[in-house]
Amino acid sequence: MTTSIPMLLLYTFVMAAVTYLIRMLPFVVFRKPIKNRFIKSFLYYVPYAVLGAMTFPAILYSTSHLASAAVGLAVSVILAWFGRGLLTVAVSACAAVYLAEWVMVLL
Amino acid sequence: MQATALGETPRQQFLRGLRDGVPIGLGYLSVSFAFGITAVSRGVPGWIALLISMTNLTSAGQLAGLDLMVIGCAMSEMILTQCVINLRYALMSVSLSQKVDETVRLRDRFLIAFGNTDEVFAVASGQPGKVGRYYLFGLIVAPYIGWSSGTLLGTVASGLLPASVMAALGIAIYGMFVAIVIPPARKSRAVALVLGGAVALACAFRYLPVLNRVSGGFVIIICAVIAASLGAIFAPIPEDSEEDATT
Repeated sequence: MTTSIPMLLLYTFVMAAVTYLIRMLPFVVFRKPIKNRFIKSFLYYVPYAVLGAMTFPAILYSTSHLASAAVGLAVSVILAWFGRGLLTVAVSACAAVYLAEWVMVLL
Repeated sequence: MQATALGETPRQQFLRGLRDGVPIGLGYLSVSFAFGITAVSRGVPGWIALLISMTNLTSAGQLAGLDLMVIGCAMSEMILTQCVINLRYALMSVSLSQKVDETVRLRDRFLIAFGNTDEVFAVASGQPGKVGRYYLFGLIVAPYIGWSSGTLLGTVASGLLPASVMAALGIAIYGMFVAIVIPPARKSRAVALVLGGAVALACAFRYLPVLNRVSGGFVIIICAVIAASLGAIFAPIPEDSEEDATT
């Protein structure tokens, strides 16, 4: 790498500024409730749509094997279905993946 | 000192946010750990990697920025790349602006916006009713610490945790997402369909030729906009309802 330290700092600053402005401006500009029914409905569904698109299929590639990730996914879906909390589901998924990978080594 | 409809004191709200942020922070550890290792392996000093994490607080944007700064790209290219990859945050910030209650003052917004990551947004959105500033402040703490300390650990010692533990931690964030979306999708057919539509689109962008060349930041925006629009067209939320994420 040939980039100098001052340049690295400048890049860091530019990245931080752009990222912050994108997050901050809409949050500061939209301070009143939006009335339009379509936009209200759209914004109501956005979190689920964003989460769905971010979670699957990416979850299948989040561990070292597809199979262990599938086990982790199954465990988290089952626990979430029965209404377990975020931490319980997340930790259980990790434990399931760890066990699954351990079993796979034995096989 | 105002309490919410739940009758919680500010302190209780803060602690509830803090607790809800712990799984996010844990999940961030492994991701930022990997970022720290990657940065050092590309020749970026560890303290700059840490500075990037402490000022940017985003995974995809930082990784892309790292690649660009190492080759010494034009500043305009850096700005454009960051805009595209991080555009989804604009969508999330608009959505979150409708979710916060009147305790969130203008100056609080400047601070909360900094911590509005994908996961913080997801957890805040999953709360029933409105969210207040104490909850949001609490929610941001653990992710920020997790993201920064994970980067630091990654730069200091790449072999600190066994690979098997690192691999298992990689699913933490996704497990949390599943826990957020499944209960409301179980209650509401419309939410379930929006969720299913977004997943189907994400799969198409992953596995179909041509579509799989679209960059990750764009994919999330495209999938979310299409799925949420379809939901808004075919299942608009009732007029005049105090819309509540759990109903």
